[in-house]
Amino acid sequence: MHLCRLANKGRITFQQLNFLKRRYVTQYKKDLSQRAQPKPELAAPPFLERKRMGQENTVVHEIRPVLPLHAPLPETSDSAGLKAQKLAVIDEDSAMAVEAESKEEKQWKEMKTELGDLPGILARLSKIKLTALVVSTTSAGFAMSPVPFDLTCFLLASVGTGLASCAANSINQYFEVPFDSNMNSTKSRPLVRGQISPLLAVSFAASCAVPGIALLTLAVNPLTGALGAFNIFLYTCCYTPMKRISIINTWVGAVVGAIPPIMGWTAATGSLDAGALLLGGILYSWQFPHFNALSWGLREDYSRGGYCMMSVTHPTMCRRVALRHCLALIGLSTLAPVLNITTWTFPVISLPINLYISYLGFRFYRDADRSRSRKLFFCSLWHLPLLLLLMLTCKKSLYEKNDRKELPS
Amino acid sequence: LSRARARLQAASRRCLALSTRGRLCAEGAERGNPQPETPVRGERRGAPPIALEASKFCPPAHSCSDWIGPPDRCSNLRPIIFYIPENESPLEQRLRECRRETQVWNQQFWANQNVSFRKEKEEFIYARLKTKGLDVRNETGRKATLNAEEMAHFYKDFLSKNFKKHMHYNRDWYKRNFTITFLMGQVALERAWKRVGWKKERN
Repeated sequence: MHLCRLANKGRITFQQLNFLKRRYVTQYKKDLSQRAQPKPELAAPPFLERKRMGQENTVVHEIRPVLPLHAPLPETSDSAGLKAQKLAVIDEDSAMAVEAESKEEKQWKEMKTELGDLPGILARLSKIKLTALVVSTTSAGFAMSPVPFDLTCFLLASVGTGLASCAANSINQYFEVPFDSNMNSTKSRPLVRGQISPLLAVSFAASCAVPGIALLTLAVNPLTGALGAFNIFLYTCCYTPMKRISIINTWVGAVVGAIPPIMGWTAATGSLDAGALLLGGILYSWQFPHFNALSWGLREDYSRGGYCMMSVTHPTMCRRVALRHCLALIGLSTLAPVLNITTWTFPVISLPINLYISYLGFRFYRDADRSRSRKLFFCSLWHLPLLLLLMLTCKKSLYEKNDRKELPS
Repeated sequence: LSRARARLQAASRRCLALSTRGRLCAEGAERGNPQPETPVRGERRGAPPIALEASKFCPPAHSCSDWIGPPDRCSNLRPIIFYIPENESPLEQRLRECRRETQVWNQQFWANQNVSFRKEKEEFIYARLKTKGLDVRNETGRKATLNAEEMAHFYKDFLSKNFKKHMHYNRDWYKRNFTITFLMGQVALERAWKRVGWKKERN
């Protein structure tokens, strides 16, 4: 790099002149081409240029002493006059350009995936934290099932679900590269930063999906495998594209979140019964306060990026649905003892946290501001693990269930 | 024959330094640099690289991989300078062209999208403040903003206005993404095949 620069030192001033001229022309032309109507409009350029001027002013003071070192080029007499006039103005601009250029150069990275970085990159690609949460809901579903606890089956189900979740998340990121680049919350993802190639991302997803689903189907049971495969399909081929087509994506996404605990239950029992559906229902309802509150603060990014979310298109419905499902959680918690899954202690001890999240949901519905949405979102993060934990502690013991079963016969 | 091939490989690696510099620094040619590029042995004159904002960056001479830059100011997309190997096959060239073309297309779409969003947002704020009878800058001199509820109207309108545009973009993006990945797979297989072929010849 240095060699390249030193060799060209004699021509820097001339090059920078052309560079800046081109830059100005390019930007000016860009503004022209983006206007909806062909009449001249100065609304946009001043806003952008004013920012740049600010940068120029802050940088020039540091670089000024260096300027006299640039030897002026021998120029023809015709252009000398013009150039001399421009040079005074250009000097400051060139100083800014040099500073900005060196900063920019440091930000260029080689697109080579080092083996040492690969685990970290793949962890971010597979959204490892989200995967961990999904696996924990599966474990909760497994633990809540009314059968003796089988450790091997439990571990196999957890690993299989974890692999399926990694695969689904990787494909999701693979599909959404340009959209992720434009949203502040997702612009540090590996594919966006070029840390991994799309081919490698897809290969990783396939190498997680195939063993994961095979493990679930063969080592656990076919029903769990089918649910896992269906969930991957639902997330990657339905939810991800639908995010940009219709607000129904939120309901589809809620189903995606509800399936893992059902998978945990079917892994243990081998059948899809009321308990599984209840657990799935609790996760389904939980998704709405969680996601709707989160999406409230991202409305600008969604609008610019073209995402169809309730928070942008139907704000009132967004808040109403969140509140409705907070209240539904109370109802579902009450249903648990009715279906013989937990004792009646559960709806009682879970009432405080359910009422609290409903209260936050109500405030969010009524006030509709950023602070309320954040409160609801952060509450949902601890509400779910706590609810599942309480459920586990109130699980109806097998002995009680067996007694009840024996009585009629 | 295998010795000739090995010599060619070594030569291509040596020439990479100069050919890379000559090819990737072709921005000089774009910017009207009067000096002709020094012809280099084995240099392959491919398509000029994408200099999305006339970037002066030149990857180091010894590098054999693509280089990715900071996010573009308008489109937020990161530009890539593609590496052209000495013995680039037609398939590899097709892949590179596909990626380059997609990069340009993406850049145009998102730069346009973001710039028009910013512009329309400013216009909306200005119009709203005017109807309220307020100035663009309030008493403290800071830029006056509208609250989230008022901005929500703008976000909703902007999204619905651009819905069709996004539909077309989505469809094209998915097609391009699949094509590029499929080509990448083909190129990877081709390279693996070649490597197996050379190993067999050496044995």
